[in-house]
Amino acid sequence: MATSQELVRIASQVRRDIVRMVAGAASGHPGGSMSSADFLTALYCEVMQHDPATWKRDGKGQDVFILSAGHLTPVYYSLLARTGYFPVAELASFRRFGTRLQGHPSVEKGLPGITQASGSLGQGLSAAAGIALGKKLDSDPQTVYVMCGDGESEEGQIWEAGMFAVHHRLDNLIAMTDWNGQQIDGPVANVSGIGDLHAKWEAFGWKVIVADGHDMDAILQAFADAKACRGGGLPVMILFRTDMGHGVDFMAGTHKWHGKAPSAEQCAEALAQLEETLGDF
Amino acid sequence: MKKYIDTGKKDTRSGFGAGLLEAGKRDPRVVALTADLKGSLKMDAFAEEFPERFIQCGIAEANMVGVAAGLAITGKIPFAGSFAEFITGRVYDQIRQEVAYGETNVKLASSHAGITLGEDGATHQTMEDIALMRALPGMVVLNPCDYNQTKAATLAAAAWDGPVYLRFGRPSVPNFTPDDAPFEIGKALVLSEGRDVTLFATGHMVWEALQAAQALEEEGIFAEVVDIATIKPLDEDAVVKSVLKTRCAVVAEEHNAAGGLGELIAGVLARRIPAPMEMVNGGDVFGQSGTPAALMKAYGLDAAHIAAAARRALERK
Repeated sequence: MATSQELVRIASQVRRDIVRMVAGAASGHPGGSMSSADFLTALYCEVMQHDPATWKRDGKGQDVFILSAGHLTPVYYSLLARTGYFPVAELASFRRFGTRLQGHPSVEKGLPGITQASGSLGQGLSAAAGIALGKKLDSDPQTVYVMCGDGESEEGQIWEAGMFAVHHRLDNLIAMTDWNGQQIDGPVANVSGIGDLHAKWEAFGWKVIVADGHDMDAILQAFADAKACRGGGLPVMILFRTDMGHGVDFMAGTHKWHGKAPSAEQCAEALAQLEETLGDF
Repeated sequence: MKKYIDTGKKDTRSGFGAGLLEAGKRDPRVVALTADLKGSLKMDAFAEEFPERFIQCGIAEANMVGVAAGLAITGKIPFAGSFAEFITGRVYDQIRQEVAYGETNVKLASSHAGITLGEDGATHQTMEDIALMRALPGMVVLNPCDYNQTKAATLAAAAWDGPVYLRFGRPSVPNFTPDDAPFEIGKALVLSEGRDVTLFATGHMVWEALQAAQALEEEGIFAEVVDIATIKPLDEDAVVKSVLKTRCAVVAEEHNAAGGLGELIAGVLARRIPAPMEMVNGGDVFGQSGTPAALMKAYGLDAAHIAAAARRALERK
């Protein structure tokens, strides 16, 4: 059992990994990786029942995570490495030619921990629903987790999957939305009329939980509440209120760091704000 | 030439339905999904026999493909079915990401393919699906010719480890292949041997090619008829072997020219055994409403057009 203080310290290292991976590759997506770092750290290091040593793609007997917002590989790879799926040193190969750490998750390259390829937005929730249904058919009691972006939720397929999961009573499915309010072209509210995600998911019949995605105690409580919904016949959506780029002052709260790499100088400036807690790769 | 008897007209989609039921009995991992087209895809018997393994997805094809991929990840063998246009063009990216690049063991069941969908018209008649599915790395593309072969191909698809695009049709057509022939993915079938010209055909056009060969025989032209039931991976050696003998060829398909079987075989001949070749296909068209028979005639997809193409190919030898 990790305490929330311990999880906060891990998340600090994860943010350092994110900044260093993206700076090293001179490309990648730091903004959403930083906004989702706290709740995904809680998920991987405390909430999810998974065993990297026995992990297989079919996910049998384990909880499963699907990254629907596939561009957030920096936070994903950092957590996979930090929880033992592959050597931490391999993070240095992010986005380089021949790497298993592709720009967006790939199963073709055989990176342990990757259950499905993603990156073309709006599709991961459907795959997660399929895995959840497969677990139901197999009487496998484990849970399927999936993370979407708020900008990603402009994709129509998200809402197709939303209807499907309720219709098929997938209460073994816990979805998360990184509700950071930003997307590539600007604030989500300016780019599209996505509106109130809370009301929308409730209208689609989901059990909805809203939590502060940067308060570790609130995050753990949200996951506990979500798990407690098991047996109720409804999938759960946790809307995590977050800031894009959270953790580094000049990256926070703006869409400008959605998919931009920091310069060497900016990288140093960012790392000065993030405590090294587990040792850099 | 070898004679084939039409043992009674049947739709190839019913061959799929029968194959799906049989596959479901043989392997508990087989599941079926549809986007509100259970009856059209002839999935009723499977759904009745295995209600828990039949997954109704509603009119949401994109989600259906993703769900199928997810089910495949857990070890199921999903057949996701819709009309050919809606299980290819409408969801090309989902197939590319979740099935092909995602390397999931999903079978795409594609009914009402080609112009013989008929009266619903061009919005529902895809003449481009083979091109789309051929283009995807690792995708197997099957286009069986009659009820029996479609049933066998369905069983072969279930047993194949990897993504399969299984194309079949709506109208009742002659059923003439043996009812007990196993389907071997990647093998072309020489239905009738000949020495003067090879007629390569796929899907509904195979019966037409046999009729064309019969007409040609009455003129003293002996045509070899080869059924290309697997478009990808193409049985290149069988193509080359036949043309080595006949030295000219016709390729017939219920599909447009771009990206179809004709272009595929033209590429093989250009690389390995250049020979005169003619194509019988839709060209570069959208279809329109009409009966299947009227449309096949109007778009030049029948025995008479295959025979004419064979005569042209022979003249160029």
